[in-house]
Amino acid sequence: MAYTEEELKKELETKEYEYGFYTDIESDTFPKGLNEEVVIALSKKKEEPEWMTLWRLEAFKIWKEMTEPEWANIHYQKPDFQDISYYSAPNKKPKYESLDEVDPELLDTFKRLGISLDEQKKLAGVAVDIVMDSVSVATTFKKTLAEKGIIFCSISEAIKEHPELVKKYIGSVVPKKDNFYAALNSAVFSDGSFCYIPKGVRCPMELSTYFRINQAGTGQFERTLVIADKGSYVSYLEGCTAPSRDENQLHAAVVELIALDDAEIKYSTVQNWFPGNKEGKGGVYNFVTKRGLCERNAKISWTQVETGSAITWKYPSCILKGDNSIGEFYSIAVTNNFQQADTGTKMVHLGKNTKSTIISKGISAGKSQNSYRGLVQVNSRADNARNFSQCDSLLMGNECGAHTFPYIEAKNKSAQIEHEATTSKIGEDQIFYCNQRGIDTEKAIALIVNGFSKEVLNKLPMEFAVEAQKLLEISLEGSVG
Amino acid sequence: MLKIKDLHARVEDKEILKGINLEVKPGEVHAIMGPNGSGKSTLASVIAGKEDFEITKGTILFEGEELDEVAPEERAHKGIFLSFQYPVEIPGVSVTNFMKTAINESRKAHGKEDMPASKMLKLIREKSELLDIDRKFLSRSLNEGFSGGEKKRNEIFQMAMLEPKLAILDETDSGLDIDALRIVANGVNKLKSKDNAVILITHYQRLLEYIIPDFVHVIHDGKIVKSGTKELALELEEKGYDWLKKEPVV
Ligand SMILES: Nc1ncnc2c1ncn2[C@@H]1O[C@H](COP(=O)(O)OP(=O)(O)O)[C@@H](O)[C@H]1O
Ligand SMILES: [Mg+2]
Repeated sequence: MAYTEEELKKELETKEYEYGFYTDIESDTFPKGLNEEVVIALSKKKEEPEWMTLWRLEAFKIWKEMTEPEWANIHYQKPDFQDISYYSAPNKKPKYESLDEVDPELLDTFKRLGISLDEQKKLAGVAVDIVMDSVSVATTFKKTLAEKGIIFCSISEAIKEHPELVKKYIGSVVPKKDNFYAALNSAVFSDGSFCYIPKGVRCPMELSTYFRINQAGTGQFERTLVIADKGSYVSYLEGCTAPSRDENQLHAAVVELIALDDAEIKYSTVQNWFPGNKEGKGGVYNFVTKRGLCERNAKISWTQVETGSAITWKYPSCILKGDNSIGEFYSIAVTNNFQQADTGTKMVHLGKNTKSTIISKGISAGKSQNSYRGLVQVNSRADNARNFSQCDSLLMGNECGAHTFPYIEAKNKSAQIEHEATTSKIGEDQIFYCNQRGIDTEKAIALIVNGFSKEVLNKLPMEFAVEAQKLLEISLEGSVG
Repeated sequence: MLKIKDLHARVEDKEILKGINLEVKPGEVHAIMGPNGSGKSTLASVIAGKEDFEITKGTILFEGEELDEVAPEERAHKGIFLSFQYPVEIPGVSVTNFMKTAINESRKAHGKEDMPASKMLKLIREKSELLDIDRKFLSRSLNEGFSGGEKKRNEIFQMAMLEPKLAILDETDSGLDIDALRIVANGVNKLKSKDNAVILITHYQRLLEYIIPDFVHVIHDGKIVKSGTKELALELEEKGYDWLKKEPVV
């Protein structure tokens, strides 16, 4: 039989799917590429029930029909989705035998952030030979939560242990078809966190992903689902101030929050992915979909400090569905060198007497670009909706940019919408004033930036705020010559 | 303490200081007077180390050491303080936080630990009482929305906190009403000792009724055109500056 070159290639390709791939299921890392089989295999590997597999497949089908968004004010080389491996077994082997093998620059940053030696080892992937304090902390932590009926586990575990909750809520706030990255995440999400607070329960401590140790690493397609049942309260901390280096360039997470009647969720994030080097090489692309749904009298606050990533594309949003519900967004986004950030929020007022507040602080240095993009939408039935937005930009030097894109769509005449925006520059006079009082330029900038960000820093839980402050300092180091 | 010899300084292409000579010894109070634009603030900035100004000739010695290569924050650590004519605003940074940072940075430069919080509080209480400053004021953002008088009083509060060896007060009296002026002058007098010195830059004789200078200098067009004792200030009050502008340099 005479094969054409083209036919041969085709045949080989399908062969690979037919045989090659399945034999690979036993291995720890999937070959690169994405298709239906990969989605099925991934779900199988994670021992998911059939409904979950079907859910993923549907998402995949939707994703295939979508195209990557173009509208954000950012420029980058689009990722090749066939050049990514969509499953990798959690790496249990330590990467290094001792701290001496770790990049000294990374260790120096850890040290300045005040991270303990044990934690440093854990974060850098060094073998830990002693039992860490945090293990026992985590145990008591879990016990306290269990007593209150709070569920806090990985999403994989929740899919198996609490299918009724996951099935009911996953995709209910961020539908599969919501956007390109959300669809992709729905098809191939690796792991993430799940949290459920029962009716009327006030979660007694900040829930931090940090305590979810002994769980698989979350990987590049993280999925988080937080459900606060009626009248409950939870404060959830995500991320870590320690710089995260990751060989995966693309990160596309989805976070869904559900605040039922009279419930409140505070969600705080500190994001510090590798931003790339000074020339703008490397660095993580962070495309995140975060959204919360508020039922009657419910409240959701998003607080975020974004210092990392080469590219950040992120709009934590609130759907204010129930009457009298409240949405808040407090954000600090720092860009330096060649970083690009396009962040903001969407406040969708559906219920009556709904209220939203947006405080966004953008700090740009180097040659970076920092954009705020916000949408305040008031539905025709949302009587007496109120919004207050404030977007402040702080520029350092002449080569960076700050952009503000506030969109307002009000379909109800009773809506009260206020928007304020300012742009300022760190002045030489301010720096000289600090210098004259004995404060060197680096410290002066940190002081000015912290002052500028104060309204948002104040919204963070105490220890997080202190770390975030140090992080701001470190992110801007060397930004003024 | 401070010895300035034949100091010439310019900004961009404009020569502003054209040969200043001045010596200030510990325990002394010097008043520098002169018309607007004569170079008083420039002199203060150059002593404090502002980089916009280029020293083209001459030197500044502080306690025997040349300051040319010394960064502004190091000059502050050595005990030079400037009360700004136009203090800048730093939004979101409280007066207390700013002072805490300033004091601890200086301590760090001298190899000392941070000042314990209790000691810091005591110091703040003491100095704010000295200058009759409401404690609530100290939690406000530095100079943001302060009235002219509040800004000046805040500068003197900072001086009191930092206890410099050499304090340069640039038109600290302008914008103060008579009561505030008395309080500020009183504060300066209380902080004065045989070991520290004060340079008062002022337009008016008024301040000099409260803080008695040992010497008065008149700057005109970047040069000290006349020096004398406190009587010179009275003479200036009476006659203005014009007669000096015409007189040859002595
Ligand atoms: N940064 C600057 N750039 C240009 N000119 C300046 C600058 N600073 C001061 N000058 C000029 O130098 C002269 C002296 O100013 P200044 O020292 O402020 O005077 P004074 O304090 O005696 O009123 C003025 O003519 C002023 O315009
Ligand atoms: Mg002046």
